[in-house]
Amino acid sequence: MADDAATTDAATETPEEEVEAVQPDELREGIVARFGDLLGDALVDSLIDPGVDLTIRVRTDAWRAAADVARNHLGARYFCFLSAIDWLPSPYGRSMDSEVDTVLAAQAGDVAEPRSSEIVQGTTGGDTRFQVFARVAHLNGDGGFWGITIKADVPDDSLTVESWVPIYAGADWHEREAWEMFGLTFTGHPGLRNIYLPSGFEGHPLRKDYPLLSRMVKPWPGIVDVEPMPTDDEDGDGGGAAAEGSAEGGDS
Amino acid sequence: MTAVTDRRQLQQIAARAADARVNVELETEGMTLNIGPQHPATHGTLRIVARLDGEQVIAAEPVAGYMHRGYEKLSEVRTYAQATALMNRIDWLGSFANEVPFILAAERLMDVEAPPRATHIRTILFEMSRIAHLILFLGDMGVQLGAVTPVFFAFRDREFVLNQIEAATGGRFHPYFDRIGGLKDDLPKGWIADTKAVMEKVRTFCDEIEDVLMGAEIFETRTRGIGVIPPDVAQQYGLSGANLRASGVDWDLRRDNCVGLAYPELDWKVWTHPDGDSFARFWVRLQEVRESTKIIDQLCDGLPSGPIMAKVPRIIKVPAGEAWVSTENPLGEMGYYVVSQGDLTPFRVKIRSASFNNVSITPWLLRGVYVPDIITILASLYFILGDIDR
Amino acid sequence: MTGVLSAIELAYWQQTTIRLLAGLVAVLLLTGGVVYLYLFKFVSFMQSRLGPMEAGPYGSLQLLAEVGKWIQKEDISTKDADKFIFGLAPAVVLVSTFLMFVVIPAGPNAVMADLGTGIYYVLAISSLSVIGILMAGWASANKYALMGALRAGGQLIAYELPLVLGVLGVVIQAGSLNLQDIVYAQSNGEIFGISAIGNPYILTQFVAFAIFMIAVQAELTQTPFDMPIAESELVAGYQVEYSGIRFLVYFIAEFATAVGFAAIASTLFLGGWALPASWGFSDTAMHVIGPINVSIKAVFLVGVVFWVRFTFPRFREDQLQRLAWKGLIPLALANIVVTAILKVVF
Repeated sequence: MADDAATTDAATETPEEEVEAVQPDELREGIVARFGDLLGDALVDSLIDPGVDLTIRVRTDAWRAAADVARNHLGARYFCFLSAIDWLPSPYGRSMDSEVDTVLAAQAGDVAEPRSSEIVQGTTGGDTRFQVFARVAHLNGDGGFWGITIKADVPDDSLTVESWVPIYAGADWHEREAWEMFGLTFTGHPGLRNIYLPSGFEGHPLRKDYPLLSRMVKPWPGIVDVEPMPTDDEDGDGGGAAAEGSAEGGDS
Repeated sequence: MTAVTDRRQLQQIAARAADARVNVELETEGMTLNIGPQHPATHGTLRIVARLDGEQVIAAEPVAGYMHRGYEKLSEVRTYAQATALMNRIDWLGSFANEVPFILAAERLMDVEAPPRATHIRTILFEMSRIAHLILFLGDMGVQLGAVTPVFFAFRDREFVLNQIEAATGGRFHPYFDRIGGLKDDLPKGWIADTKAVMEKVRTFCDEIEDVLMGAEIFETRTRGIGVIPPDVAQQYGLSGANLRASGVDWDLRRDNCVGLAYPELDWKVWTHPDGDSFARFWVRLQEVRESTKIIDQLCDGLPSGPIMAKVPRIIKVPAGEAWVSTENPLGEMGYYVVSQGDLTPFRVKIRSASFNNVSITPWLLRGVYVPDIITILASLYFILGDIDR
Repeated sequence: MTGVLSAIELAYWQQTTIRLLAGLVAVLLLTGGVVYLYLFKFVSFMQSRLGPMEAGPYGSLQLLAEVGKWIQKEDISTKDADKFIFGLAPAVVLVSTFLMFVVIPAGPNAVMADLGTGIYYVLAISSLSVIGILMAGWASANKYALMGALRAGGQLIAYELPLVLGVLGVVIQAGSLNLQDIVYAQSNGEIFGISAIGNPYILTQFVAFAIFMIAVQAELTQTPFDMPIAESELVAGYQVEYSGIRFLVYFIAEFATAVGFAAIASTLFLGGWALPASWGFSDTAMHVIGPINVSIKAVFLVGVVFWVRFTFPRFREDQLQRLAWKGLIPLALANIVVTAILKVVF
């Protein structure tokens, strides 16, 4: 949606502010060090955003152990969420500025391969298509708050990790959600069953290869309705191409 | 598995066990009561399957998903601006507050910071949606307990707040006012003075509701000691917001981890209550509304001048990266884990909504209570279905 | 009214018909007035709103519009419902309500049946309604309805006792079970030798009055004792499956019972239709003043019931039972003992 208040088109211009001096974050470095002590080489990677956030990645077999360390050794008693992520690039989705709709073009035989299917993991890396990640936090009310995101790879062949329910009871519903949405199994969970979807639902909707039907029928709802403003020439390259693309989509 | 540390809770459990033995001797037969999805006490379409022995609940299982809209999937195929309009509808009573953490996450990935005036107006609107949200809770709690009068006061006075939100944003319920880098518009003329008058009304409302509801002994007998959540259990289940503070955990993201909003400059107080029962949850929210009016008054007095929009590109491509931003929403901690791969759309958005965690404690909490207490507990936990089902 | 009629020497069946019609009209008019006055307007002002304003001046014909709506609605019942019992239940409730009015005196002669045990007849008949409620709850084939009906059963039985025991204080003081005698006892009575206002028993039997009004609140299943219909828990309890005209019957019964109990309370505690004997009104004047007098008192007491209803949250079932058995009943027993001792002493 066009934003009237935005006055510049410089796509990569960074705001002219002095870059904050990166300060060493002793609190979070200490936490990572404790994890390293307690988990040994099961701590694969860590990323500290100084003063803001902390992410670590642990080996799959240390997934529950990491929760144990966080809760019982480091005092992160607050469970925030647990979820998963599918790093496979979507074979369906089409970016607004790509020339053709990959799905429809592939059906018509125009492009052999819709999109690069190379998996690019995010921060702290990874080796598998699926990753589980969870966030816990330590709250003590006097400003000594810290939170940590813990990630782990999910083996591609078994799609199974240990459940966190024995450590954080609240992980129950979150694991049920990840189970139905991604098809991951959590060993030790008291009862994996559908939470949102009707029982008997086929497929795992949040996997990237699960087609979103509304997108198949009508690519980019919203953008088809936007025509370039007559006086606004600079806008033409983005919105216009997309409008054309969807017009083509409507024909085929 | 779940550690029970509270002595009162232990006593209650022992008493229930004794009751259960009596019932085994009487050989009574249980009954399954299906509360919802169409039921006045479930604020939407939550369903609770309760196994009853007489009026006592043996086991209760909430069933969600009647309104699941798949926002996490949908936002993967929408631009950030389009996805913001979805986020708006997660917790539909505090819509503006839902937009903020999503926008803040995108701003962090883009390394953009909103100008101070935008930050202040955001904070004002954030607190106004909290007030509108919690005013409804304060009235609704009465209705769930059978007192119909307070809810009319609540609807009356919430209207003033909604009018102010509408005057500023153009939308009563779904403002969609937040943009990456700032806000859509500046405040209209005279809005500040009107808002301060409305805050006065809200404070009067708080006093009224305190008289009308908390002044009635029946209200206390119905809420004191009902649905006690010990702090440790609350944290394990990830309860947040007033539910956690009512269990005595002194934690408020506005104070402890304020990102991109104007709270650190203000003088206000985080209220906690040691009891952890339904009454405590009501009381904490009542105090929170009062604090919010104070926050808005201060912000209105010290509103900086300047632009309301930072320099952002016309077509927003968010650089690759991952960001987690959460804010203290009316219902509790609302956070977005945004993963971007440098595209126009987010690669993955994990929506951490407060009600999902807040309600996940109900199977633990509802065991052994009476049927009317189910309603009390659900009302005091205060959830919005859109916030559970996303 | 009926005194004049009896002077015209009508046949017994003619008299009865006229009495019945007059009673029916009086009850329905009072009920409708109460609904408009309290449920529509009084409550609206409590809740800072206007209430109905469209039908008639200040919405005064709203009730007629509502009745018209209910009558037009389809009469539906659940598939598994016991249709016969389901249909009969509202009638049982309504009949028990109307039978209450038979013994309530509205003037020197304006009473349909001047029973010697009037007050016990009223209390017995009024508790018949619980049978109708249990029938409704069972026949609806709905768990909410069943729970509501069982709650109503437990509640009405629990509050029947304080009701009866509370009334006993009055009966001891008046020395009669006949409502007419109780009215005369108040009218002719005197407090410490002062007969200016007679002796309305609300002054001497204030404890009994409080117990009676609390028990009435519970008998009427009005908040804070509305667990049988608790709309936020049991949706509408035993009424949940009723619609259209059958619901209308429950609606009328609910408010007519409120008027009935208020009339009994005003008869027992506020002097009923009579004015203090020392004021010297003749019987002829009382034929006219009496019905108005008792109506005003009854409407006022219904207002108290509604005032409480829209002010308080509701109790929980076990708290209600505790209040009845551990609070009201011992209090009522103590009241009887004290009244009896004082009666003997003075």
